[in-house]
Parts: sequence; structure tokens; C-alpha cells
Amino acid sequence: MSEKPYGKPLPMPDLETQPFWDGARAGRLRLPKCNDCGQYHFLPRALCPHCRSENWTWVDASGDGVIYSFTIAHRGAGPAFKDDAPYAIAIIELAEGPRMMSNIVTDDLSRIAVDGAVRVTFDAVTDDITLPKFTLVEAA
Amino acid sequence: MTPRNRACIVGIADTPLEKGRVPGGATVMQIQARAARDALAEAGLGMDDVDGLLVAGSWGMPRPGSMSALAMAEYLNLQPRYLDNTNAGGSSFEMHVGHAAMALEAGACEVALILYGSDQRSGGGRSLGGRPNWFDLQFETPWGMPAPVGAYALAARRHMHEYGTTAEQLAEVAVATRQWARLNPAAMMREPMSVADVLASPMIADPLHLFDCCLVTDGGGAIVMTTAERARDLAKRPVAVRGYGECATHLSIPEMPDLARLTCAERAGAEAYRKAGMGPRDMDVVEIYDSFTITVLLSLEALGFCAPGEGGAFVANQRTAPGGDFPMNTNGGGLSYAHPGMYGIFLLIEAVRQLRGECGDRQVVDAELALVHGTGGTLSSGATVILSRE
Repeated sequence: MSEKPYGKPLPMPDLETQPFWDGARAGRLRLPKCNDCGQYHFLPRALCPHCRSENWTWVDASGDGVIYSFTIAHRGAGPAFKDDAPYAIAIIELAEGPRMMSNIVTDDLSRIAVDGAVRVTFDAVTDDITLPKFTLVEAA
Repeated sequence: MTPRNRACIVGIADTPLEKGRVPGGATVMQIQARAARDALAEAGLGMDDVDGLLVAGSWGMPRPGSMSALAMAEYLNLQPRYLDNTNAGGSSFEMHVGHAAMALEAGACEVALILYGSDQRSGGGRSLGGRPNWFDLQFETPWGMPAPVGAYALAARRHMHEYGTTAEQLAEVAVATRQWARLNPAAMMREPMSVADVLASPMIADPLHLFDCCLVTDGGGAIVMTTAERARDLAKRPVAVRGYGECATHLSIPEMPDLARLTCAERAGAEAYRKAGMGPRDMDVVEIYDSFTITVLLSLEALGFCAPGEGGAFVANQRTAPGGDFPMNTNGGGLSYAHPGMYGIFLLIEAVRQLRGECGDRQVVDAELALVHGTGGTLSSGATVILSRE
């Protein structure tokens, strides 16, 4: 009856990043947006990296982006990921501007391409942690 | 006229290895102490002459490694008046040479000792996992990022996308470097290797194959620096520091400003050229950090040896191999000589040996000027040093 426990590394949220992980758990991809210069940033920082203002707010991002670059890991990152290989890791350029690392979830790794459109999806790996991942948006 | 206080390298040593390991085993402290003794002895100096100490490593974290210069001062029974703990990854030692040069020129110390030691291979090897999950890495580790190779694979993919760089062009770097290793009895990997061999080696993180990746070895090294005035009375022909520069742009790979452009190396190189009053075409021999083959292409472009995007074409047809017109990574590099984790000190040691004319079968004829460029982190930091015969 017992489910197999999630055996992979989890993020360690801190005071600065907890809102991001809370958002993911609620099915939202959140980004810091500066109230002074209007720009988004990621990773979260005390001071907006564009204008150095501390006056910024977590806002919901569209969840849309394109693949800036990607790699297929043929050797997993340590024992926890060994059986997952090959799998895709990408840097996503979000529609709002910032880039973030994630996985591309697909049955066909050969369809992954630089500049390909992607959309966020949420993988609730434990009760506390949901990992934002991305899926390919196939052209109509 | 040579300024009296121009900084010079007057002693070097690296730890002898057998199949990538220190024979009989040694701690990182022992490795560094013996390298220090040997480099000082080569210069005709003793431990008591040292009044500046610069140390970087990835051992003993969080303590004593987070205070590595203090740890080594204690271990060597030194009370230095100039200390430098700068750790920017593999480029740290190029930074140390620059920092020591500034300290020597300012009179902050008279004999500077730079140290590195690693038991990476004997101590269990480099892990592709088991990375921390906090700070910036809470946004990498949970996705199974294989480190460090994944970061370089991401850069290689982007470079291929923007410029049409091919896996064959990347392989040319590994093959040319192996050709140099075949001339170096101290190199770990000396078997013949072809472009086809690289492409047939296991894919690690697409598009990087196993032979696009550096070795995993133990190792250690030491460099002794002093002023030109004091160098005159020492045992070895001094090698002068003519220019240096450093820069950092990010730590984690998603934060790199442009994955196809090594902007930290552009800035470090420009500063080194400016200080030296020289340019890329003046160099006789070039030692470039080769953690992965893509690191070399990005560095060659950033340092002005070719235009952005032309690194692949530049290294084609074994141009950087022995007999080619661009001698590079003449000891066999991190790809075939040794790579204990932070490789930068070995680039400097090989450049000094080339400028002294001590390289035997792999000696670059009439090498008078050398450029050394280290890369650290995940394409995060860069430091350039230009050296000449004094």
C-alpha cells in the first residue's frame, strides 16, 4: 500500500525563496517584479539587479517561455537520477525575461530544440515540494 | 630598463603522479608542503624567506578549507604579512599571480608562495551528484543537473545553435591536446586518439562526450614569486609577469549573461593586454583552461585569437597540435595531462617551463611570450596572465 518515497534531492527553501516554492505548490510560477523599474528578475534578490531597488513584489508569471539551451544527461546526477537517464535539462527564457533551469518533460527527447516554445507544468514530488517543469508547446 | 620591482616567477613545482594518483597516497596538506619546499628549493630560497601566502583549494570544507591560507600558514609554520584566500574556482591561481604581482610591486611582501593541493582521485573522485540543495543550487540540484559537465554542455549547445559549431570541431581540441600529452612523460593519457575516437566515446551530457571532458586526478603545485631585483640573485632564470586581468560574471550557469560568449574572459584578457601593451598575436605559446573542449573554444574567441563564433574553424585541422601554427596546452592539458579539480596552477607551471626552455620533446621553439588563461566555477570567472622571459 505504501507509496515509494521520492528519493531525489529536494530544494532547501529559505526566507528569500519560500514564496517561490509556496507558489509552485499552489500551481503558480512566481517571479520577483520590481515596482520601480518594472523589470522581472530571477534568482530572487534583496535588491533588484536592474535598478537596485528593494521595492519589488512576487507576481504570477505567464508560465510561457522558450528553450535558451538544453542538454540531455546520459549519466544521471548521482545515484538518485541514475535510472532517469537520459533526461533533459534546459535553461528556459521566460516570456517575462528571466531565465531559469528546469527539466523538459517529454516522451521524445529528440523533439527538444533551442528556441522551442515551452509551458510550465507542476510536479508535486512530495507534500511540501512541487517542482516547476516544462513541456513542449507543439506548433498547431 | 626593467623596473626593479617587476614581479617575477622564480620557482615552480608540481606533484609527481602515477596514473593520476600521488604514489603511496598523501593528504592535501602533505602535497602542498612538499610542492612548496620543492618550488622554493628550485628558486634557491627557503621557507623562512616566504612573507606572502596565497592558497586556494576545494578541500576541508567548511573548515579548515574555508580559511585555506591560514591553514597552510599554520601547517608550514609561517607568519605571512600578505595573505590571499581568493577562491574563484580553477582560475584562482591566475588571480593569485596577479594579486601577488600587485603586492610585490607595492612592497606588501617580498617572496610570495602560491599553493594548491588535491586528493580528488584517491579521495573518491568527482561526484556528478550529491551537490548541495541550498542558496542558488536549490534551483539546480532538484532537476538532476549533472555538475559540472551539464553547465558546459548547455554552453556548447548554445554555441552550436548560434554559430554552427560541430562536435567534430570540439573533438579537434581533445585530439590536439592528446598529441601534446604524447610528448610529455608526466601526462596521464598518452595513447593515440582520433576525432572518431572522441565521437565514439560515451555521451555524458549531450553534446559533450567522455573525451570532451577533463580527467579526474590528484595533484598539487606551488609557485614562488619575487621582485626582478631579488630574482637576479636566484637560481632559475626569472619569468616576468607582464600583464594580468580578472573578472567574474556569475556563479550558477542559468545566470551566465550569454552562454555562447565568455564575457569574463573578454574583460580579463583586455585588461591583461592593456597592462602588457601587447595583443593576442604577440604570443608564442598559449595555455588555456580546458575543463571541457567547449571551454577552449569560448576562451580563444574571448581572448581575441579569433572572432566570436569562429573558435571551431580556428582549431580545425589540428592547428593547436604539435607542429601546428598555434601551440596550445603543451603539457597535454586538463584533458590528457591531469585535472585535480582546480587546474589553473598547472597552466602557469607549464608556461614557465616553456619560457625557460625546459620542455624537451614538447618545447615550443623560441618561446618568449606566453598567455595563460584560467576559467573557474561554471564559466563564471576568468583570469589572464601574460608572462615573458625576463
